[in-house]
Amino acid sequence: MVIGERKPFDEIMKMIEGHNKIMVLGCGGCVTVCLTGGHDEVKVLSSQIRMAREKDGKPLEIIEKTIERQCDPEYIEGIQPLLPEVDAILSMACGAGVNFVAETYLGKPVYPALNTTFVGGSKKEGYYVERCQTCGDCKLYYTAGICPIARCSKSLLNGPCGGSTKGKCEIDPEVDCAWQLIIDRLNSLDQMDRYEEFMAVNDWRTNRDGGPRKMIREDFQR
Amino acid sequence: MSEFEPIIVAFCCHYCAYGAADLAGSMRLEYPPNIRVIRLPCTGKVTPIYLLRAFEKGADGVYVAGCLEGDCHFIHGNLVAKPRVNYTKKLIQEVGLEPERLEMFNMSAAMGPRFAEVAREFYERIKTLGPSPLNKKVHVTSAAA
Ligand code: SF4
Ligand code: SF4
Ligand code: FES
Repeated sequence: MVIGERKPFDEIMKMIEGHNKIMVLGCGGCVTVCLTGGHDEVKVLSSQIRMAREKDGKPLEIIEKTIERQCDPEYIEGIQPLLPEVDAILSMACGAGVNFVAETYLGKPVYPALNTTFVGGSKKEGYYVERCQTCGDCKLYYTAGICPIARCSKSLLNGPCGGSTKGKCEIDPEVDCAWQLIIDRLNSLDQMDRYEEFMAVNDWRTNRDGGPRKMIREDFQR
Repeated sequence: MSEFEPIIVAFCCHYCAYGAADLAGSMRLEYPPNIRVIRLPCTGKVTPIYLLRAFEKGADGVYVAGCLEGDCHFIHGNLVAKPRVNYTKKLIQEVGLEPERLEMFNMSAAMGPRFAEVAREFYERIKTLGPSPLNKKVHVTSAAA
C-alpha cells in the first residue's frame, strides 16, 4: 500500500487560511489502512481545524466525507453535488488521490493534508515499513523476494558493500543490511546460483527517468 | 475570572471508576459538581475523536478513568487507552490547548475516596488553567453582560 503521514498542523492551517467552508475528504484505500487519511482521521483533523479556527475567532465550516478510493473517477464523481457549497477540498489521500481529485474538479482548489512517503506494508498495527520503490523492472527473482532498491540504503544491485557489519547497514545499526538478508535467504532456499549472476547496470527508464508512467490493459479499452 | 466554573468531562469505565463514583456518592464524599461523567464499557472504547469532541463541545478539561493496570476486564483496554490519551494530548496542543487539560487516571471500583480526590485535584488544575481558549469568548461576554 501507499504510506502517508499527516502534514504538520500549522502547514495545513496555512493552506486553508481565508476559506470559510471546506471539505475534508478521506480515502478508504491505503491511507485508511495506515491510519492517516481514512474516516476516523477525517473526523480528528476536522475537529482540530474547527477548534483552531474557533479559537482565533474565524470559525470555519467543514463537510466531512470519505470515499472508497480517491484514485478512481467512479468514486470521485460521487462528491460532485456537495462541491458548490465549499471553497476548497482538503484531501487526506496519497498524492495520487489529490491529483485525481484536482484533475476531476478543475474549478476547485484541492490541497494535500498528507505527505506521501513510500510504498510498503505494516509490520504490525501502526508500524509501517518501505518495501518497494516502483523501479518498473522487478528484480525479486534474483534477490529471494527482498528488494535491493528499496531496502539497500544505496540501492546496490550487486551488494553488499563494505559497510555491511554483522548483518547491519553502516547508516544505522538498527537497519538490516538488505544484501545480508538476500544472501541468507538465497542460501536457505539453495538458490545461491542466482547471486552468482551479475545484475547489469539498472535501466532507470522504467523508473521515473522515463517520465510519468502509465499502465494500460488493452482488453479493457473501449 | 474568579467566577470561572470549569466544565469537566470524565470518561469512566463501567467496571471501576463508574463504580467508584457510585461508592463516593454512597459514602457521602464531596467532590465538585462540575464533573460530567460519561460511562464507557471499558476505557479501551476511547478514541481520540471522543476526547476532541468533548473539547469541541465546550469542555475545559477532560479525563479518562480506567481500571488499575493489570485489572482491565477486557485484559488490556486501559493499556490501549493510555497511549491514545497521550496522542490526543499532542493533538490538542497543535490546536493551542494546554495538554494538561487532558489526563488518564486508574482506580478500582473500591476506591470511592480516590475518585473524589481525583475529581477535586483535576478540578483545581483546570480552575488554575482557566477557561479553555475555545470558551474564553463565551466567558468574557457573560462577564460583560
Ligand atoms: S488514493 Fe492513494 S491512498 Fe487512496 S486508495 Fe488510491 S492509492 Fe491508496
Ligand atoms: S526491484 Fe523494483 S519493482 Fe521489485 S520490489 Fe524493488 S523497487 Fe519494487
Ligand atoms: S474494563 Fe475498566 S478499563 Fe477496561
